[in-house]
Amino acid sequence: MIALLLVLIPLIGGGLTLFLPRPALARPVALTIALISLIAVLLGLCQFTQAAHWSYDEEWIQPIGARFSLKGDVLAKWMSLLSSIGAVLSILGGWNTDRKLPARFYGLLLWMQAGMSIVFLASDAFLFYFGWELALIPAYFLSSIWGGEKRIAVTIKFFIYTFVGSVLMLIGLIYLQQLTPDGSFQWQAFRNLELTESKQIWLFWLFFLAFAIKVPLFPFHTWQPDAYEQAPTPVTLLLSGVMVKMGVVAMIRWLLPILGIGAFIWSDVVICLAVVGILYASLIAIRQDDLKRLIAYSSIAHMGLTVAALFSLTGFTNNSNVVLHYHHIGFQGVMLQLFSHGVNIMGMWLLADRIESRFGTRKLSELGGLARTAPTFTIFFVIIALANIALPLTNAFPGEFLQFNAIFHAQSPYRIVFLLLSGMGVILSAIYTLNMIRRIFYGETNAATENGLRLTTAETLALSIVVVLVLVFGIYPQAALNFTNDFSWEYLKSIDITRFLAK
Amino acid sequence: MAMLSFPNIAYLIPLLPLLGFLVNGLLRNQLSHRAIALIGSGVMALAFGISLLVFYHVPAGAPTILTAFDFIRIGELQIPFAFQLDALSSLFLLIITGIGFLIHVYSSAYMHEESASHYGRYFAYLNLFVFSMLLLVMGANYVILFIGWEGVGLCSYLLIGYWFRNPAYSQAANKAFVMNRIGDLAFLIAIFWLIARTGSVSFTDLPMAIGTVGQSAKLSSLDITGITLLLFIGATGKSAQIPLYTWLPDAMAGPTPVSALIHAATMVTAGIYMIARSNLLYTAAPLVLSIIAIIGVATALLAATIALRQNDIKKVLAYSTVSQLGFMFLALGSGAYVAAVFHVMTHAFFKALLFLGSGSVIHAMSGEQDIRKMGGLKKSLPITYWTFLIGCVAIAGIFPFSGFFSKDAILLSAFLKSPIFYVIALFTALLTAFYMFRLFFLTFGGSFRGTEEQHHHLHESPAAMTIPLVVLAILSIVGGWVGIPEVLMHGGDRLVAFLSPVIPVSSGHEISHATEYMLMGLSTGLVLLSILFAWNKYKQYRAEESDNSFARLLENKWYVDELYQAAIVQPLHKLGGWIRSVFEPKVADGAIQGIGRSVRYLSQQFRLIQNGQTGNYALWMVIGIVVILSVQFFLRK
Repeated sequence: MIALLLVLIPLIGGGLTLFLPRPALARPVALTIALISLIAVLLGLCQFTQAAHWSYDEEWIQPIGARFSLKGDVLAKWMSLLSSIGAVLSILGGWNTDRKLPARFYGLLLWMQAGMSIVFLASDAFLFYFGWELALIPAYFLSSIWGGEKRIAVTIKFFIYTFVGSVLMLIGLIYLQQLTPDGSFQWQAFRNLELTESKQIWLFWLFFLAFAIKVPLFPFHTWQPDAYEQAPTPVTLLLSGVMVKMGVVAMIRWLLPILGIGAFIWSDVVICLAVVGILYASLIAIRQDDLKRLIAYSSIAHMGLTVAALFSLTGFTNNSNVVLHYHHIGFQGVMLQLFSHGVNIMGMWLLADRIESRFGTRKLSELGGLARTAPTFTIFFVIIALANIALPLTNAFPGEFLQFNAIFHAQSPYRIVFLLLSGMGVILSAIYTLNMIRRIFYGETNAATENGLRLTTAETLALSIVVVLVLVFGIYPQAALNFTNDFSWEYLKSIDITRFLAK
Repeated sequence: MAMLSFPNIAYLIPLLPLLGFLVNGLLRNQLSHRAIALIGSGVMALAFGISLLVFYHVPAGAPTILTAFDFIRIGELQIPFAFQLDALSSLFLLIITGIGFLIHVYSSAYMHEESASHYGRYFAYLNLFVFSMLLLVMGANYVILFIGWEGVGLCSYLLIGYWFRNPAYSQAANKAFVMNRIGDLAFLIAIFWLIARTGSVSFTDLPMAIGTVGQSAKLSSLDITGITLLLFIGATGKSAQIPLYTWLPDAMAGPTPVSALIHAATMVTAGIYMIARSNLLYTAAPLVLSIIAIIGVATALLAATIALRQNDIKKVLAYSTVSQLGFMFLALGSGAYVAAVFHVMTHAFFKALLFLGSGSVIHAMSGEQDIRKMGGLKKSLPITYWTFLIGCVAIAGIFPFSGFFSKDAILLSAFLKSPIFYVIALFTALLTAFYMFRLFFLTFGGSFRGTEEQHHHLHESPAAMTIPLVVLAILSIVGGWVGIPEVLMHGGDRLVAFLSPVIPVSSGHEISHATEYMLMGLSTGLVLLSILFAWNKYKQYRAEESDNSFARLLENKWYVDELYQAAIVQPLHKLGGWIRSVFEPKVADGAIQGIGRSVRYLSQQFRLIQNGQTGNYALWMVIGIVVILSVQFFLRK
């Protein structure tokens, strides 16, 4: 029931919002719907926790064997929580910005959320694919109608990139479906295929490319800074906070358990790309004058670390509990960081949006001295920016800490090199983040920043939610780790490819 | 009231400064100067009181572990948020809270001209700094230690850049944080390594890890060497050793009491603490110990040579800190962990005294920091003069001032390690005495060289500043008496006995009393000569000729900053710029743009349909889905 509600609330709510008679109602209605989704998730986490509450299965498109089946495992619940928090933050953050056609804007925003809910919850590959596209189409329209000056060119690039990925994935899905005995798209049916190495080795790329573009992983990332820069901030916030997590979630659910051998064979290549991406994106961020692009590149670097950690967990354990234990440590980090990075990057977008809307510029060189004229805003910014670089006692520290452990235990001859290079990201991120803070907040004010900036109630509320999450999971990460603990252990057993050796 | 008795009361030690941080930070616009100073210093006084209590209760045997909650627990990996109370941590608690308290009191007068809001911010940061340092020394495992470790890095960043309107200051703050983070990365990797081999990060599991209690070791000697080396690299960042020392002199940008806090009570002593805490591992890694000794003695010498030619009163003191830290690392590298901790303590007394004294001078000189423009301050600042003199005598190491005993212990350990270390260390000690008394005579001796206006304004500082000076001066005299060497007084070295539960007493080298007397006599005699030489040279000021190239080399700090800039910073900067403006648009993005051009026709069509009519968009969505579904349908066998 909960699972279905999480899809239906934003879907129907979005439809309602689209056709609201009075534009002024759009924001409150959209916020209400987002809050209802959030309450539904929280109820599902605290009250209705049984599997029955979180699953749904119905005939859907019978001719092709696709079913409308949703199943909320811990990963899905965790991401649904992030996604519903994201929707609330996104609407709150844009509360004071007047937009043309608000009803359409918020309606599409909610549909985006519906699509993401499907992606997180689907246990049918075709439904998953449907959600993947459903989330994308509103994002595409939102960017092309409400975006910045270069929105047309940028959205086309965004579209081409993701379309190429989607087509490849669709081919892969259909291929797998053909192999199942009963022509099913069910996750379990795919999982039972146990394909041979020679097939996995190329099938891997059909899926991986789609997911890597979404994350995005170097060198498939060039759509992202442009898209983040040009999209309206509430959309960027959802894109980077939640939608890019779809790429990692897809790898976790649809790639490693199904094409485990392929993933292991290519893991060195993937980790290498991820690690190069960390350095590459961080170096660009150091030389970036545009605040939004800087945040975009920092996001590429951070997601690169998560992907590197995830692929470090592939391979054989020989059913050794010791190896599993170390993988467990690393995977718990991936789970934690999926959530924490989402929260932090959404906080960064809220802040960046406020600066842009107040001063009409995103250029660091045109800002300065805000620490004196906007002290409260400065405190929010510094806390969230430091969380973004994983300072201890913020939420990203335990996540990154555990992820590095994953890389340390990768079954790769290059693991030490990977660890050292990805570790460089720790230093580089400090450089670009502190430079960003210095250029926005320190030094003397100029004509633009002289009058400071005030936060509205809605903005203060949104930023406070972020800061509370930063501190709660920073000081007591065990709360999150307890939630994901058993799931992580079982999951790692499921992606262990030792079972192929026995055959 | 189980909460208010030992050991639970120890929770209050870090919590009190945290509370002060929150109250002063959040209410800084509402509170008066008086209330802010009272809260900021009050929590420190209470924390010091409790630290005293803990110090007297701390058991002589096994440490007391206080576990608050699970920080990270995954299967068998347990990283509790726990504190460890034992001889080593309780000693550091006293130093941190005691000297921290004096610095807070001093600050209440020194920073009084700041507006209430900035005054509140200043005290909030100061409390947070102490909180981080307390986490660092109280943490019962490497992860909690690391939290404090990065925490002090953050606080030093905030305080060095306290006057954020000056761009050079915020640059210095960034430099401090980034250099620290380089070391932090090594520290982190050491933790990962430790987890990988032993599955634990708790200090109490270290004996088990190296297998001293009758079972096989979990760590091979390669592991131990690697881990200790990485931890030491971390320490070079935090404790300003070669090659990561250049941030510390720049850190002078912060208010002077902050320098006292960084150099004496917090931050730079962290590296010494961490290595002393890990002494079991280090003793098992002789190669790393030798590296530490070499780096330590080299840093001590390098920094001392630079200090000879600095004219900023705070810069001289900053390089002297780097040099004294080098001494401490030399002791660690010689296996004399207690001597290093001893020197941390005495150095905390006299370096806090010297920095606060220099603050008093700067205060009186209306912000002037150049000692060439001072002179003759003895008359107007009698308390500052006498206490500063005591500080200089203590750092020079004259019997029976505190510095004598700790420096002597270090020189002795260096002698036992290798005569070469001893000779270099002794030479450095002579340089130390020389540059400190150069500083002293130029500042207080001779006649006044500043402007008429400054002369008119000269005044002794208020009591809130001079009382801490007097207390620290007393400590600088008597502070060394807890570690009187056996040769001078039987049972005089109480520090070794006190720390023995944490740092086992080594039974190694014994040297004859005659040799020990000779070493002591030699160093004292030479130091006195060195002071005389300084007196002779600087009792009357004359401009120093800096035309010889060696003097210029020293004045420019051996051009190390320039070297780093040219060899590391600039290339990275250029690489980043090249990637951003050449590789990214031309290569990474160029590929996809090529595809984009080839479907330009398609994009024209897209442009046509973006006409703002939502009906059309909905239509396109439906078409898209239908197309996908039909493709799917026909592909089906």
